[in-house]
Amino acid sequence: MSQLSRSDVANLARLARIDMTDAELDHLATEMDVILAAVARVQEVATPEIAPTSHPIPIHNVTRPDVVSASLTPEAALSGAPAQEDNRFRVPQILGEEA
Amino acid sequence: MTLTYEDVIAKYEPVLGLEVHVELNTHSKMFCGCSTDFGGEPNTQTCPVCLGMPGALPVVNEKAIESSILIGLALNCSIAPFSRFSRKNYFYPDMPKNFQISQYDEPICVNGYLDVEIDTEEGIKKFRVEIERVHMEEDTGKSLHVGGATGRIHGADYSLLDYNRAGIPLVEIVTKIVPGTGKYAPEVAKAYVAQLRDILRSLGVSDVRMEQGSLRCDANVSLRLIGAEQLGTRSETKNVNSLRSVERAVRGEMIRHAELLNKGERVVQETRHFQEDTGLTRSGRSKEQAEDYRYFPEPDLVPVAPDAAWIEKLRESLPEHPSLRRARLQEQWAVPDKEMAAMLNADALDIVEETVLLGADPTRARGWWLGEISRIANESGVAIVELAITPKDVAQIVALVAKGDLTDKLARQVVEGVIAGEGTPQQVIDSRGLKVVSDESALMAAIERAIAAQPETAEKIRNGHIPAAGALIGAVMKDTKGQADAARVRELLLAHLGQPNTINP
Ligand SMILES: [Zn+2]
Repeated sequence: MSQLSRSDVANLARLARIDMTDAELDHLATEMDVILAAVARVQEVATPEIAPTSHPIPIHNVTRPDVVSASLTPEAALSGAPAQEDNRFRVPQILGEEA
Repeated sequence: MTLTYEDVIAKYEPVLGLEVHVELNTHSKMFCGCSTDFGGEPNTQTCPVCLGMPGALPVVNEKAIESSILIGLALNCSIAPFSRFSRKNYFYPDMPKNFQISQYDEPICVNGYLDVEIDTEEGIKKFRVEIERVHMEEDTGKSLHVGGATGRIHGADYSLLDYNRAGIPLVEIVTKIVPGTGKYAPEVAKAYVAQLRDILRSLGVSDVRMEQGSLRCDANVSLRLIGAEQLGTRSETKNVNSLRSVERAVRGEMIRHAELLNKGERVVQETRHFQEDTGLTRSGRSKEQAEDYRYFPEPDLVPVAPDAAWIEKLRESLPEHPSLRRARLQEQWAVPDKEMAAMLNADALDIVEETVLLGADPTRARGWWLGEISRIANESGVAIVELAITPKDVAQIVALVAKGDLTDKLARQVVEGVIAGEGTPQQVIDSRGLKVVSDESALMAAIERAIAAQPETAEKIRNGHIPAAGALIGAVMKDTKGQADAARVRELLLAHLGQPNTINP
């Protein structure tokens, strides 16, 4: 049973900003479907008594007090940046998107 | 053809939805210990966590959780016994991680309400704005677009990012849709944001400074034909950075939608940006292609599960609710209903209270803020709080009038001068030479001149026709450029003409 269509894969690629050829899409649509089917077996053992979980250990409320600690220097913060200007990260043109 | 607002409301019913983002005033960021101070040099308040370095692990700020719960309690929400953080994935350089940690299907507070009151020609009207959710997230960095004509992102050659703000705790408060406000939709939207801001301020959880962006409002507006069930397509207006703009944005969008609908065109579901100068909105990113953030639970953070004891402890610490405070101040200051509503509408309650706390008489303080100062604010199209006059200035002016150093007329000039940036009240008085002429010989000289100019009037007064004194007092006030105390002039004039001072002016 196919769970993932070729257009689903194309949409995921678009969301992830990955440019894919038609051949790659054809290939991945089949391959990812097989992977999903394998993982879907987990659903067979999941019963209503088991709450969905996002964390392997059942703990909660791990917090820190509201205390300021030292930050990086701007030099350190920017040291890995491919480009910088005036102590700011320089990024390529963002084009037709707005925030 | 441009429609009037009356045309719009005769045919359509507006439906509102409001999303307010509040930056919390914690000392440190949401998930790391970087400082949240405003205005630091670029990228001096960052660390591996808020820069999204591989392997860095976020830890939640406890105070941010408490502030969020307080907000929920003050808005009559249920506090979720179990809530989780999610990753909101998107590609935009304002978040270095390429995702924002937010809350998605399990927000910390749900199902509340806020009752707002507005003053209308039909009297005070109450509207209940239902709150859908209050959730925690982190703020984004600030971008600077370089190149292009306008500093806008379109046409920019590249952008520069400062991540000092990235990771500052942000709370988003989302209303359910608000139908039934009819023609009052713009006022209800404004009153909601104003009252929400008052609550947040009283809780002490945020600076709530709209002009600095620590309180930001997105206004969703749609129209439907009156009587229709189905909702129209909504637009979402961002960038609304003052209370006045909230009202203008809603009104402007209602008119824009109605114009489209009347022409048989459809409203596009999109983000629009409010333009402070024109009061209009311009199109931003279209939402026709539904945004798909691929939310999933944040694996690096464990759930937040506040127990009843923690919530009750916070509930006990809630301050006086602003609606109770309003009732208390109205009673203490003996303010009539209508004037109380005017004061709230002008957003003057805090500023009047500050002025009163500095020693001014409540009625006088209210009179200045809602009278002369409001008039000047309206003329310049700004809110009174944006003017360069402070509660301290007004308290000083009230004191000078009470002492007899200024007449009301002179005091108005002082107010004008302070607003015009001429300095403190004393500096304005000195530089403009505004001082009550209390020098009796100067007053007597002016009185003599007035009598000489109007001998017949003077004669009438000598013959006991006291009401005629008004004309001569007026002449003396004019002669002294309003710097005399009218009551004293009257006393001196009548005594000079041999008449008893029977009626006070
Ligand atoms: Zn940090």
